[in-house]
Amino acid sequence: MAESIRITTPFTEEMSRKLKAGDSVLITGTIISARDAAHKVMTEALARGEKLPVDWKNQIVYYLGPTPAKPGDPIGSCGPTTSGRMDAYTPTMLDQGIKGMVGKGSRAPEVVESMKKNGATYFAAVGGAAALIAKSVKSYTVLAYPELGPEAVAALEVVDFPAIVVIDCEGNNFYEIGQKPFRNFDINQI
Amino acid sequence: MRELDVKVITENVAEMCKEAAYYLPDDVYRGLKRGRETEKSEVGKIVLDQIIKNAEIAKAEDRPYCQDTGMTIVFLKVGQDLHIVGGDLNEAVNAGIAKGYTEGYLRKSVVGEPLFNRVNTKNNTPGVIYTEIVPGDKLDITIAPKGFGSENKSGIKMLVPADGVKGVKKAVMEIILHASMNPCPPMVVGVGIGGTMDRAALLSKKALTRSIDERNPMPEYAKLEEELLEMINSTGIGPQLGGTTSALAVNIEWGPTHIAGLPVAVTICCHAMRHAHRVL
Repeated sequence: MAESIRITTPFTEEMSRKLKAGDSVLITGTIISARDAAHKVMTEALARGEKLPVDWKNQIVYYLGPTPAKPGDPIGSCGPTTSGRMDAYTPTMLDQGIKGMVGKGSRAPEVVESMKKNGATYFAAVGGAAALIAKSVKSYTVLAYPELGPEAVAALEVVDFPAIVVIDCEGNNFYEIGQKPFRNFDINQI
Repeated sequence: MRELDVKVITENVAEMCKEAAYYLPDDVYRGLKRGRETEKSEVGKIVLDQIIKNAEIAKAEDRPYCQDTGMTIVFLKVGQDLHIVGGDLNEAVNAGIAKGYTEGYLRKSVVGEPLFNRVNTKNNTPGVIYTEIVPGDKLDITIAPKGFGSENKSGIKMLVPADGVKGVKKAVMEIILHASMNPCPPMVVGVGIGGTMDRAALLSKKALTRSIDERNPMPEYAKLEEELLEMINSTGIGPQLGGTTSALAVNIEWGPTHIAGLPVAVTICCHAMRHAHRVL
């Protein structure tokens, strides 16, 4: 694998369109956490014609619900959660200007279509590597919905946050590319 | 008759919740290291390096290995000659969970009602508590916190006897292929065969409390474990981004079933195969 590409936020469509599935990246700057409950609340607010408490233009969203920080630490353990649960809300959120998503696992075809349209990139962080990932987070500030606890929308200042481009703006999918050479199994042969 | 105060149970459960969240069991750590040695994908090797380093950081710094510190599954074996005093057993266990998750800075991931309100109970209670009465005067406690990235990919198939071994293999592999990279592989796969629908599911959970280095004592099941592991590791799923280390082990538990049935349940666990065990 080639050397990691360094990315700084804000993350524009131009930057996003340069990345290809399989690229290894290190993200520095601000990324914003939101997961199940926050996505539900935000898309419901949009449906009512309300403005969101966070401007998502050129932002990277991180699907995350961290453990509480120990005293003196900026954040607790903070690995990615399963992105697929956000699929129902994602096209609406991408239309708000989000250009990058960090999570883990597969995405629905509607999400990939919306990514192509909006020029957005989907990154994976290593699922379960939560104590390691915490080392790249320097601060955690709740921006909205504090009542959602670990599901609140929060700004994370990160330095060299490690991720891999899984689905690029053209819809190339590294989960498929990465599995194929090692697939030597056919269920119909059982 | 031996007496055991519920306060002792609460204290032990609290400590065990923290222990399970911070320290990956040695057998799983060794399994990850073995996987790293044999992994053929370059990206897979990078992922495994991160996972192994993560386990080392979590252990050295008393931090949760994964931010999903799980719903707390508790297996209790209560000796029939033990007298539990000072309060209610289930309340004592839940008090231990609340204490452990609060003091240990673990994430509270439980909602009180699943469909309409989904309000977080804020202390990770209630746990899922299974109680068995056994001979003796001891209390045997296993804590197995279960993350839902992998739990959501678990499943059950109600086969018929004619489906046989081939049917069991197909049923397990269908669930694995559907899960693919989503449950944070390398996975550990618990399989429950027989019983009723609910018993099969419980057996698949219990299977995950066995060491990944220990095969089923019945040779036919041990062979099936090996065969399924080989199949899973040839799917290409690998450690999340493709490769050869899709699973570390398949553990099968079986139980008597009905003449008309062959239930097969699969609980998928991520590489955070956490548990703690104590006998009081």
